[in-house]
Amino acid sequence: MSPTGRDWELSLDRSVSDTVRIRLAGTWRLQDRLPPPDAVDGALADTIALRQVVLDARDVRAWDTGFVSFIMKVLQRCDDKGIAVDRESLPRGVNRLIALATVVPEKQTGTTAAPDPWLGQLGLSFLALWTATLAFIRFVGDATLAFVRLGRAKANFRWVDFFGVIQECGPHALPIVSLISFLVGLILAFMGAAQLRNFGAQVFVADLVAIAATREMGCLMTGIIMAGRTGAAFAAQLGTMRVNEEIDALLTMAIPPMDFLVLPRMLALIVMMPLLTIYSDLLVILGGAFVGVTMLDLGFVQYLDRTRQALTLTNFLLGIIKGSVFGVLVALSGCLRGMQSGRSAAAVGLATTSAVVTAIVLIVLAEGVFAVVLDALGI
Amino acid sequence: MPPSTAAIAVRDMDVGYGTFVVQRNLDFEVARGKIFVIMGGSGSGKSSVLRVMITLLPPLRGDVLFGGVSLWRADDAERERLMRRFGVLYQGGALWSSMTLSENVSLPLGEFTDLTEVQIREVAALKLALVGLAGFEEFYPSQISGGMQKRAALARAMALDPDILFLDEPSAGLDPISSRLLDDLILELRESLGCTVVLVTHELASIFAIGDDSVFLDAETRTMAARGNPKTLLAESTDPRVQAFLTRGRLPATAR
Repeated sequence: MSPTGRDWELSLDRSVSDTVRIRLAGTWRLQDRLPPPDAVDGALADTIALRQVVLDARDVRAWDTGFVSFIMKVLQRCDDKGIAVDRESLPRGVNRLIALATVVPEKQTGTTAAPDPWLGQLGLSFLALWTATLAFIRFVGDATLAFVRLGRAKANFRWVDFFGVIQECGPHALPIVSLISFLVGLILAFMGAAQLRNFGAQVFVADLVAIAATREMGCLMTGIIMAGRTGAAFAAQLGTMRVNEEIDALLTMAIPPMDFLVLPRMLALIVMMPLLTIYSDLLVILGGAFVGVTMLDLGFVQYLDRTRQALTLTNFLLGIIKGSVFGVLVALSGCLRGMQSGRSAAAVGLATTSAVVTAIVLIVLAEGVFAVVLDALGI
Repeated sequence: MPPSTAAIAVRDMDVGYGTFVVQRNLDFEVARGKIFVIMGGSGSGKSSVLRVMITLLPPLRGDVLFGGVSLWRADDAERERLMRRFGVLYQGGALWSSMTLSENVSLPLGEFTDLTEVQIREVAALKLALVGLAGFEEFYPSQISGGMQKRAALARAMALDPDILFLDEPSAGLDPISSRLLDDLILELRESLGCTVVLVTHELASIFAIGDDSVFLDAETRTMAARGNPKTLLAESTDPRVQAFLTRGRLPATAR
């Protein structure tokens, strides 16, 4: 048998007036390019004279469920038209499979319901947004209560978990934070130099980089890196724990998952974020110094001296405060989306994506709020 | 037994991980069209042996032959051709959670046949109907019960009408009635489609109800301890371990 050639035969015989004899022969298997069931439609069209269909499968040499599928479609067509079918000559296995497939009646499901009109969809998405906001607020409340319990030393909390997360989101994050921060410093200095050179004021590149690093770039870059790195990891871990019913196991032992799982993660990130921010500040300035020394012919000492003059404690502390806030936001989004995850592989993927998106949106929002408030305060 | 009548032959095989041998000196044949049970207690290596037979774990020694063709010495194309002849029902179902039941069954049909989209959908619907899930085509695995997931996974295992069906603990996690219905379904499919079934289980009810032939893997001596029809083994085996397993721990008086 050739793998692509057709070895099945289908012929329709109408020699007797009220009977169609459908003759089937050859091999009818899934890989044999089987005919579509419409092939018999022409013969069944004349319903008035037609009383009986005879399926003649005596010459079918080999068959599998591709054949059964074809026969069932033919049977269904005859049934719809009220034509009797003689299927005596079908292989015994085929008749048994047909009986098996029809023994459980088809479940009537409303899967083809018409989609809601646009106004309804708008309303539904607004309601979904509202529910999501409520869930977020409730989660923030639960997290706060967990921190209160921790303060009273009543939280169900394992310090070993806490140090594990510290290790994961602190030291292990240093390489990527170093790389990104150094590159951002390079880019800042490069862009700044291109403009400042027009005024012969290249030396102020150091001021520009120092202020931008401490006030904005250090904390922002760290926040976004941690959202992609650690926030996503939190969501994936907690989501998988939900799939494996590990969170249910905690709940039934009356151990609040909020204390046991969320608290160490949030606390670790809140502790590490200011430190990572300081580290990132330093690397941004070093990146700037690299450009200053190699391309702008500034001396390293001269560059550092300008940097020292430009640095203020206000900007430095501001960056650290922002970094801490971003840490809270990243930890909150990661844990929230992980805890809300559904119970399938696809749902864990969605939870992880959503954790990163939520964290970055919140970081940008917080940046905006900081900018407005600091402007109003004149800092 | 001439090689042509054996669907699968396991030849002098050791199964294990690295230097840790789970089962050694396995040598048995599975006759065509029979339901063959691989039984043994927890930790006896049943599932590892199955993983070797379905190409997921290389054997430490020996080989598996499908109709006389070596599985582990075959080149990639040959092995792929062999693999297309068998279907596997995994212990946890392992349905793809991001696809509907219909898509789960259709995927192999789309990959390995020339059927049109419409025909694929019809064949997938037929497979689901055979396992009693007509009308559930557009459901996602998470929307149906555990028993239904098992049956849907069986439908997916049968998608390409395999010659050999490997079933890993098909009745694990099912109630006795669902488990019985699944056994009946396996028998019916074997009768109608004439496929060979390799069943890994420790469910005694299933073993006696549908097993034609069996191998008993012992966890302590780490090799096969008995071969034959399970009912015959129960009646005739003098091995206390086999007796203990098949009678749920009631050791015969002579053994103690």
